Amino acid sequence: MSKVEFNKETGPREVFCGLTSIVWLHRRMPDAFFLVVGSRTCAHLIQSAAGVMIFAEPRFGTAILEEKDLAGLADAHEELDRVVNDLISRRPEIKTLFLVGSCPSEVIKLDLATVAEKLNKRFLGQVRFVNYSGSGIETTFTQGEDGALKALVPLMESTDDEKLLLVGTLANNVEDRFKKIFNQIGITNVESFPPRQSTELPKIGKNTKVLLTQPYLSDTVRDLKHRGCEIIYAPFPLGVEGSTKWFLSAAEAFKIHELKVHEVIAPLANRARQALEKHTEILRGKKLFLLPESQLEISLARFLHNECGMELIEVGTPYLNKDLMDEELNLLPDDTKIVEGQHVEKQLDRVRASSPDLVVCGMGLANPLEAEGISTKWSIEMVFSPIHGIDQAADLAGLFSRPLKRNQILTSKTLATH
Amino acid sequence: MELTLWTYEGPPHVGAMRVASSMKDIHYVLHAPQGDTYADLLFTMIERRGQRPPVTYTTFQARDLGGDTAELVKRNITEAVERFKPKTLLVGESCTAELIQDQPGALAKGMGFDIPIVNLELPAYSKKENWGASETFYQIIRTLLKDKVNEIDKINPQRWKSLGRRPKVNILGPTLLGFRCRDDVIEIQRILSEQGIDTNVVAPLGSSPEDIERLTDADINVCLYHEIAEISCEWLKRNCGMEYTTTIPIGIKNTINFIHEVHEKLDLPLTNKEELEHKSKLPWYSKSVDSNYLTGKRVFIFGDGTHAIAAAKIAKDELGFEVVGLGTYSREMARQVRAAAKDLNIEALITNSYLEVEDAMKKASPELVLGTQMERHSAKRLGIPCAVISTPMHVQDVPARYSPQMGWEGANVIFDDWVHPLMMGLEEHLIDMFKHDFEFVDGHQSHLGHTATNAPDNKETKHDQSNISIQEEKSILWTESGKAELTKVPFFVRGKVKSNTEKYALSKGLPEINDETLYDAKAFFG
Repeated sequence: MSKVEFNKETGPREVFCGLTSIVWLHRRMPDAFFLVVGSRTCAHLIQSAAGVMIFAEPRFGTAILEEKDLAGLADAHEELDRVVNDLISRRPEIKTLFLVGSCPSEVIKLDLATVAEKLNKRFLGQVRFVNYSGSGIETTFTQGEDGALKALVPLMESTDDEKLLLVGTLANNVEDRFKKIFNQIGITNVESFPPRQSTELPKIGKNTKVLLTQPYLSDTVRDLKHRGCEIIYAPFPLGVEGSTKWFLSAAEAFKIHELKVHEVIAPLANRARQALEKHTEILRGKKLFLLPESQLEISLARFLHNECGMELIEVGTPYLNKDLMDEELNLLPDDTKIVEGQHVEKQLDRVRASSPDLVVCGMGLANPLEAEGISTKWSIEMVFSPIHGIDQAADLAGLFSRPLKRNQILTSKTLATH
Repeated sequence: MELTLWTYEGPPHVGAMRVASSMKDIHYVLHAPQGDTYADLLFTMIERRGQRPPVTYTTFQARDLGGDTAELVKRNITEAVERFKPKTLLVGESCTAELIQDQPGALAKGMGFDIPIVNLELPAYSKKENWGASETFYQIIRTLLKDKVNEIDKINPQRWKSLGRRPKVNILGPTLLGFRCRDDVIEIQRILSEQGIDTNVVAPLGSSPEDIERLTDADINVCLYHEIAEISCEWLKRNCGMEYTTTIPIGIKNTINFIHEVHEKLDLPLTNKEELEHKSKLPWYSKSVDSNYLTGKRVFIFGDGTHAIAAAKIAKDELGFEVVGLGTYSREMARQVRAAAKDLNIEALITNSYLEVEDAMKKASPELVLGTQMERHSAKRLGIPCAVISTPMHVQDVPARYSPQMGWEGANVIFDDWVHPLMMGLEEHLIDMFKHDFEFVDGHQSHLGHTATNAPDNKETKHDQSNISIQEEKSILWTESGKAELTKVPFFVRGKVKSNTEKYALSKGLPEINDETLYDAKAFFG
């Protein structure tokens, strides 16, 4: 392992909670509904993050707790029953209903598991109920997806068939691309989790080899291991380097010679490196500061340093699973400063003191930093854009070069000549 | 428990943040878990603010709950006071913290700071955003002025005369994330200064705790938004006798009424009464011949209380529309909205459910919708033109240009914003009329877009504008001549004509509708 520098920090944070992941999960599984059991704050959070108004009726909502629900838990369970009944009669096309716990529902100890169990019996054969917590007292942003997937693991049937299971939400086009490349390499039985239909869960067992597409799935990985799955440890498929090593690790697990992988990937990698060049020109030598939010920060830092030539000032992450991130950490330059957790004020002091060229941060911080003359990239875009894979490497770099390029256009030309 | 897919208002602590972020030298320590920090983006993204809201979130986690969360609160308060050096500290809790009952406000007061501390108790499970903003503003005023009001005499609104200065007023109610507040304030200050009236303090927007302490230097208060400032104005009236205005200066009539009210309260003679009618282009634009087609347009109005009531008045009295629906999500203003609806012989819709609003909109078959961004989307789905008149805020509601709703310029803005979508509607009619001409290019698409017609997942059958879809479930049969006659009716009244004719036919027990029935019904309904 390289000699990266680990730090931990606690204090006031500026990050989303796990409920936010509903925004991409509901799109991945169009036959599922996500019902948050929470407060008006939860409802407001999701609608603020998701642009809800474009939907005639979104496939997520909040059962808002009211004063009378807090008084007696028995009544709260009945109330939830009533809300679910209403919802299902309104949306008969729903196949899976996720009951999502929130900060208030966790604090009053609303037992969503029992509620789900009862509802499963009543709606047997019609709707399936699963529960998990997306609460901000336990989860940060992408960890919500970890909770949702973990909740689905017990529903996955067993099989001894050998297969490659890609775990973590991917954009559909990226998923198709990956499957095609794996086929060319010689891995033909490839499935994805979460699937595109919530009812079409892949079967798993001792011959299932799990390859993660996203770094934030610690709990899901643990449960898949318990079901006998083999975990393939690899860097994550961001950038040419990460994606290549990711394919190589999968091939190794399937005892496919690495030459075969290189044969398939080399033309793609060459093409991608060329496409990267115009972004690298802008990014090379620029100083980068990543604030914690999505847990993608370490992989992004590796990509932006190794392939785009950026200098890393600080790499924040809300949570660090050293086992899953081991391969990534090995690829980082020595002395990279990694900070797990956050004290947002102290971190912003360090941002200002280090005069970075680019800061990756949440939407609450972006404009205030821009107003101080610091270029930013919103981290939420990383979870909404197709950024995985060799073919997307240049697009991924483009997310970071665009603000710098824009800054150049606006400051050097417009202001100087007009 | 209430199933909510979308909500017009956020929780009450977001209202408190609106007040805190509007002011200077204030900091708000909010006992809340990390996810609540999403609220910052409302200010930095929607309002494009270049500063973070002055809020520290204590960020308690599940593992803290067994231990001492009170210590966590105190640590955050100490750090916030040291770092931000506020002149007044707000302390409160969000929904989850309310459940663990650490009483952060009381804790803060026991920590020995020499700055005023405002303890905010905002019940998250029964109240909403505007209530939270109103309560926060009131608690700040009360905390900063409660000693002073006991020392000063009751304020006579006419005291400016004996003091030998121009009359001065406070403008109370504008906040961040309030609809066009930024520009309304400029417009109202301009109008007052034209009348020789000075502005003492504008609050909360742009004010500091020192400004709040000198509110009592003014002769009267202008209550610009009932939702935010009425309770504060009432307290200032009760405790220092300060009069306040209740007319909301939106629209020509109410801007004039407002100016009269201010003058009456101050006992200031109004010298330029005749000029006032000509300050805005709205009256003439509304009178000019091409506005004839606005007559009797059916409008459906939904928004916050202040803007919905104002819109109804303008629609009816200043543009000659017919108001066919009026409603609000502001429960605090339900009484006023009901009264306004009663004057229009309609029943007010008081709800927080956008689906109920959409249903009501459909039933009223309006030709124009005045609503929030959500009604804009609903109207789009139904193929009805819409203008936005109220919060909740969207990045489009913070335009770069000067764009008030209040006063003379506000009336100009309203005329353009409401009438342009309708003119587009007229253009639509022309497209409909001329689409068979050879010059007509097929690609000339309607501004209403094809979202409504083409959306496959749209459950609603939109009323089609070029074809008459006669619903099968209706027991009444439309004959060929009836259908043909109906196609000749301009699309924007066609829905209404169709339903009126069916209603008429049903009431007369007619088995079918032919061209003559249409004319009979037309004569019947007048």
